[in-house]
Formats: sequence, structure tokens, C-alpha cells
Amino acid sequence: MLATIGVGSVEDLFADIPQTIRLNRSLALDEGLSEQEVYGELRGLAAKNVSTEDEVTFLGAGMYDHYIPALIDSIIMRSEFLTPYTPYQPEISQGGLQAMFEYQTAICELTGLPVSNASVYEGPSAVAAAGYIAKHHNGRKRFVVSRGVHPHAIETLQTLAVGYGMEVEIVELTDGITVLPQLDDQVSAVIVAQPNFLGAIEALQELSDAAHAAGALAICAADPIPLGLLEAPGEQGIDIVVGEGQTLGNRLDFGGPSFGFFAVSQELVRRMPGRIAGETRDMDGKRGFVLTLQTREQHIRREKATSNICTSQALNALAGVIYLSWLGRRGLVELGELLVQKTAYAREQLASLAGVSLAHTQPVVREFPIRIDGDVDKVIAHCKAKGINPGYRLSDNELLVAITEQRSRAQIDSLVGAVKEALA
Amino acid sequence: MSATDVKRTLSFTQAADDDLTIYQRSKPGRRAFSPPPLDVPERPLDELIPAPLRRSEAARLPEVSEPEIVRHYNRLSKRNFDLDTGFYPLGSCTMKHNPKLHERVAALPGNAKLHPFQAPADAQGALELMWRLQYSLGEISGLPHVSLQPSAGSHGELAGVLLTRAYHEDRGEHRTKVLTPDTAHGTNPATVTMAGYEVVKVGTDANGNVDIEDLRAKATTDVACLMLTNPSTIGLFEPQIKEIAEIVHGVGATLYYDGANLNAIMGICRPGDMGFDIVHFNLHKSFTQPHGGGGPGSGPIAVSDRIEPYIPRPQVVRRPAETDDDVAGQLASNGEAWWYDLDYDRPKSIGRLRGFQGNYGVFVRSYAYIRSLGASGLKEASEVAVLNANYLLAKLRLEGVLEYLPAAYDRLCMHEFVLSGAPMKRELEIKTLDLAKRLLDHGVHPPTVYFPLIVDEALLIEPTETETRETLDGFAAIVAEVLREAKEDPEIARNAPYSAPVRRLDEAAAARNPVLRQPL
Repeated sequence: MLATIGVGSVEDLFADIPQTIRLNRSLALDEGLSEQEVYGELRGLAAKNVSTEDEVTFLGAGMYDHYIPALIDSIIMRSEFLTPYTPYQPEISQGGLQAMFEYQTAICELTGLPVSNASVYEGPSAVAAAGYIAKHHNGRKRFVVSRGVHPHAIETLQTLAVGYGMEVEIVELTDGITVLPQLDDQVSAVIVAQPNFLGAIEALQELSDAAHAAGALAICAADPIPLGLLEAPGEQGIDIVVGEGQTLGNRLDFGGPSFGFFAVSQELVRRMPGRIAGETRDMDGKRGFVLTLQTREQHIRREKATSNICTSQALNALAGVIYLSWLGRRGLVELGELLVQKTAYAREQLASLAGVSLAHTQPVVREFPIRIDGDVDKVIAHCKAKGINPGYRLSDNELLVAITEQRSRAQIDSLVGAVKEALA
Repeated sequence: MSATDVKRTLSFTQAADDDLTIYQRSKPGRRAFSPPPLDVPERPLDELIPAPLRRSEAARLPEVSEPEIVRHYNRLSKRNFDLDTGFYPLGSCTMKHNPKLHERVAALPGNAKLHPFQAPADAQGALELMWRLQYSLGEISGLPHVSLQPSAGSHGELAGVLLTRAYHEDRGEHRTKVLTPDTAHGTNPATVTMAGYEVVKVGTDANGNVDIEDLRAKATTDVACLMLTNPSTIGLFEPQIKEIAEIVHGVGATLYYDGANLNAIMGICRPGDMGFDIVHFNLHKSFTQPHGGGGPGSGPIAVSDRIEPYIPRPQVVRRPAETDDDVAGQLASNGEAWWYDLDYDRPKSIGRLRGFQGNYGVFVRSYAYIRSLGASGLKEASEVAVLNANYLLAKLRLEGVLEYLPAAYDRLCMHEFVLSGAPMKRELEIKTLDLAKRLLDHGVHPPTVYFPLIVDEALLIEPTETETRETLDGFAAIVAEVLREAKEDPEIARNAPYSAPVRRLDEAAAARNPVLRQPL
């Protein structure tokens, strides 16, 4: 090979790299291992983690332990989905492009909005990306953000808003839900969550009416599984619906990768970030799919792009559309109803304990906060010792409890029993 | 042979209705999901969720059985070309082999079923893996402080520019411009705008290097940063990098390294030693995360000491296990030397860029890759990547391809190189796009086309280190064959492909009348 190139050594190929900046030593990393040794080491590390198989978990707060059907892995592990790049050559990427198109259709149905993109990184950064649309749409200075938006999304929005020059004003919750202050003409968007971080269902129509009356956009970060049961945000005047897609057939993975979904009203289509798949015809008139509306994107528009996003989360979004097809039209509703019933049972049982009260009494789907008359860390430690993770620690005396279809009545009862003992 | 003579039939794996969507296969009443039984007392739904808050009509998801879902998506998969099937020399994308072990270790329950809010005491393995990956990336880049949080390269870029802003503002400096070379990837200028700066382009000289005089003229004290990749997007190492760093640092700006092209230099030289302040990695390029048909990726950043106070939070840290801390004490008694934790107490941090701790599933795969190759394996990977690129360029020359597709910069390249299709377009009357489409019929993925923008009819070719000499020889012969064919009848390439699931698609029509979802 060197002779074909016309050099004497591999070293000659690197002649452009000045000696003064060469490393000239080995990287201070261990030498390579055989496959079975790497497997052994990684298995050892994984064994130090306590997974949802190792304890009964009531943790949620943004990611949830829903059941993932076996067919998802069998499909997304196919090399034809796992190993291609972004579909720059549509003729040989019809499978991925059509899956994106099907995914977009499902997201439109869930959100009640006419246009979805092919996914973005994940939930919280999607909220910040939605804010960027609002800034460009109306040129105003400030976001009014409900405390009910996931704290990581609020923090992400604050980080990015510094860059694109916006203020973030937080509105505290009133009895678990958002009550907006008077909005002035500098409010670019009102940002809320459905259900909110404390599990409560927001009155989205009132919130979007108030935003629109002030000339602002209404943005909602939604949880997709409850959307099977709840009125679609787009039907309640919301202009941009985004959210975390993990619950749609994606692993917990210690927080990622998952995907963010992103849907907008017709008016905002050309401000949408990320990839969008669209239908077209080939030169024989046959139906096909391509990436479209690319004049929004960084590789065409460069500094004038609607976003810098390049990589989406195609494989995770594929898992999402397979999951929604597996649940199907009736299954998504049935799952939602099951969650509501189990959650109501857990909430009632916990609230009946001496020393436990409800932090709010709003309707909930699968998550609710409890207030503890005592030290929440003691309750967590006691439950953990019994193999139960009782939920997300909201504060010194509050716990956020999530119920999925994987939590049986017996497990809920054991949680109630453990909390009771801890407070005795 | 003319286009109409090329016989086309459905292949064994194709069916006539393969373009039907899952919604078009839906029949009322069919289903795959059976819910687990309700094991708690049932209450009227109206009591729990008042009717006005609920949907009046269920979302119109498909109604299909499990076998139909499996068959539908399996058939769709056969309408994709993929890296495990054939050569994929997509420049700037580093389409190297994705080792199969990585899927196995990522799927271990201790990784895949680990909740992101699990207490650090119960996630020591994950935090240790992240710490070790941080350390490894710090060593590879020569910049010791690593944040794994950014979700992709573009996200890492945004982190880098926001870090620059935080650094300058902490010093009471307000700067307004960011420099990018005219060869830069589109994410660079888009990021600069998102971070609130104005883009200023720096030119490229006749050898493909940064035009130093142009840089000197534009490097003023209102410049915050120069974003660069080295090797550059045209596959050339920037030999004057030290001088560039001096110019940039001389006006108090930061030097940002876009890690898209790190695959050429692992273990050979390091961005930190070249004078860069901030680098992002693409774990889906150099570190083998499968591309997934467009994500997920991961874009960690590494920074120098002066940028460290501002990196995103939380940060994975380790402390000796022998401390007063209850949990650490317990770990020490278990024989563990270190206690791994998430550090939120970083007052100068730019804050979060996303939820949780980053794309952990990607970290597992990339860490497994680094452990498999080790110090000398990573260096060898880069050496072979550069060897393969130069060999392929030489081989294309021997095949006579460069007569019509000359190298944009005729010198030794790094891990990728750029050809210009301008003479081919002029003399053979086929465009770079036509060549790309005809390559599809030969079972290889085309190179990146029409990028970088500064080369007319560009093809950017990156073979990677995981391809054999035979594959490279085969590719060179295929390109030569397409050119020979075009000499006789350019119509064949102009109407290609013929063997793909669809023929050339009307992208203009798709954008003119957007159909972005299945009508239901």
C-alpha cells in the first residue's frame, strides 16, 4: 500500500504534523483487551449499579420504568436500522425515511398539531429549542415559565437563553398547577408542562388563551403516555408541543439516549429545528420519502439556520413509533386508564397513613407528590433497606411517587407498609 | 446500453405494497398489546380525571397485530443500505465498524435499566465508567477537564461557545464575533448565531490551509473565539496551528476544536498540545457509537484549566473512599478505593445543556471501544485510517479517475480527501450527483457530495481504518467503471439509480407541497 502511495513508511504520511506538537509518547491509557476481557470488565461495572430489576422502583420525575415489548429490540437491533448514517441518499434510505414519516404522524396525533419533526436530542433541550423559535417569531425579550416544567428543562432553557439573549421568569405553582400573572407585551412565550413536574394536569386552554391575549406563543412540554388519555395540547391552543420520548419504548439508560419530540402549528413550520421527512414521487411516479424543508437547516442556511441541530435521534424515535404501533389506538388509552387507577390507589393508600399528606389534590395520571411529617431521607433509607426505591426526593419533606403498569398492587402495598414503618 | 434498457424487477425481498405506511395497514379492532390485569379496586374514571380534561376521541394510532408490525418494519429495513452491508466512505462522518460487543454490554440490565435519578451510591458502576471515559477523552485530547453532557457534536459546539462567553464575561469582557473558516461544517456558523455572536469567515489559501494574513486581519479584540477542525474539513493537517493559536490567544480569544476529524490523530498529536482551549468529540464518529440512521450521538467536550470553572453541571467526580461520608465509608469497607459522585456545586458553571447526565448508553459503547483498543490500538486506528485514505487516493489516480475527478488539493491527505467533479461535469456531462446515484447501483454508499462548499462539485471521501485493501481496490474500480460508462452514455448515470427500492426522487416537489404525515 505504501508503494502505491509512493512513501516509505506510515510515518511519512504524517509529515504535515510539526514535531513540536507531536505527542511522542504513548497515550497514558491501558493497553487493549480481548473481547471477553472487555465484556468481563463492563459486566463488573454494571453489577455495581442497582437497576429496576434489582429493586422495586417508584422513581420517575422525567423518566419512567414502563415495560418495553421484545419486538422493539428485535427490530431496532437490525443492522439496517442500527448502522446507517442520516439518510442523505434517499433512494437507499427509504426504510428509515418512511419510519420517520410514520413517527411524525404518530406525534401529530398525540400532540394535536399538524407538523412534527423527525425528533431532537431529548426533552429538556427541546424546551430550549422551542424558546428559540419563539424569540425569532415575535422578537420579544422574556419567557414566562411555569415551575411545573421539569427542573432540568428550566435549567437548560436558562443556559441557552443566556446565549440567545432572553430573560427567564419563573411562575411558582398554586396548589400544584400554574396560575399565570398578568402578561405584558415583552413576553415571547409562556412555557408550561402537561402533566406538570408534580404530576398535576394543567388547564391548557386557559393558559394558551392568556398567552395569545398578550401576543405570546404558548409552549407545552408534554409527557406522551398521559397524552393518550388527556386532551391533546394542540386542541387547546398550544402552538409548540415538545417532550421527552423515553417512555415510548426506550430504555432508561441512566438518562439517555432517548429522544425529544417536537411538533408545531402550521404557522411555525419554517422555523422548526431538525430533520423532517416528507413524501414525494420518484421519476417513475412511485411513492417515496425524502428529508425536506432543508432550507431551514444548518447545512444550507449556516448562520441563518433555525437551529444548529444536525444529528437527531432516529433510532430512538423508531423505537417510539414501534411502541405506539404495538400499543395501538385502543392500547394507549387502556394503558393510560390502568395508570390512572393504579396511581389513584397508591395515592389514596399513602395519604391514609399517619404523617403523610398530599402535596396537592389535583387530578393526576401516573405521578404525585406526598408530604411527609418527618425526615424524607429516613423514609428513603428505610424503604431502600427493604429493596424499595420510594420515589424522587423533592425536598426535605416531599417525595414524588411514580406508578407504572409494572408496579403491582402487592408492590404498592409494600411501599405503603415501608413508609408506615419508617414513620412509626 | 440506454437507461430504458436497464431491466428492473422487484427483488426477492421487495413486495409491491412496500411503500404502504403502518397506518395504511391498520384495520379496526386489530392489536398487539394486551394490558396486564387491573389489580386494584376500579373507580369511575370521571372521578379521577374529569371528562373535560380527557380526549373525546382516541389518537388515531395504527391497529395492527404483532406479526404485522414485525413484518412491516423488517420489510422497511430491507429498503435501507447500511454499514454492516457495504462500504460507506461518507466523508466527515467516520463510518467505521460498530463492534457487536458494544450492543451486548449496553444492554446489560445494570446499564439499560438504571434510572437516571438513582442515588449515586447505587450507581457507582455507571459513575465510575463515566469518570474513566472522562479521563480517557481528556488524555486523548490533551485537555484534562471533560464534560460528557452534550448530546451530539452540534450540542458540544454550542457548549463550547457558551463556555467562551462565560469565560469572557467572568473577566468583564464583552465580545461579539466568532471566526469560522470558509470550509467549516454548517453547524459551526449556526451554533455561533444561537450563542448570540456574529459569524466572521476566514479564508483558505491555495494549499487548503487557513489564510494566515486573513486571520491576522480579522482577529481583533472583539473576537471571542476561532472554531477550527484539524485536520480540516478538506482532510489536510493545518501545519501552522501553533501560529494560529498565538494569533487567537494574542487577542484574548479562545481556540475551539471541532472533533469531527479526530479519527486522523488519536495518539499522534493532541488538540490541547496544539493550543486549543475547548474540543468536542463525536462519540458516534471516532468512538463507534452506531449512527442509527441519524442518531443517537454524543458530543462530550474537553477543556483547558482556564475554561474548567464554567463547564456544565453536574460533573462526575471521584474522591478517596476513606472519608467521613457515610456512603463512602461503606464503600471503603467493601474494599473500593474511590467514591464516585455527581458534583452540582459549581458556581461558575454555564449550567445544564440537557436533562440528566448525558447519553450514557453511548458512553458504555465508547468506553468499551477505548478498552478494546487501548493506547496503541487507538494510535494504530488513526494510522490505518490515514493509510487507507492515502491508498484510496493513489488507487483512484492509478485507475485514471483523477483525470476527471482531480484532488482539490494534490498533496498527502489525512483520513479523508476531496475530489472535484468539475472536469467530469464539463467533459463527461455528468454531475457529482449523477456519479453518486450510479454508485448506489454498485452496492456502495457514495461519498459526501457538494461539501465542502469551497470545492466545485465536491466529493469528500473517508474510507476509515476498518476497510480492507480489497474493498478500497473494489471502490476505485467501480468509480473508474462509472466514468467509462459515462463516456459512452452519460444518460445511464443521469437516470441512476436503477436497483434501489425507488428511483431518483423529486426533492423540489417535496419541499414545494410538503406532505409531512400520513393523511388519516
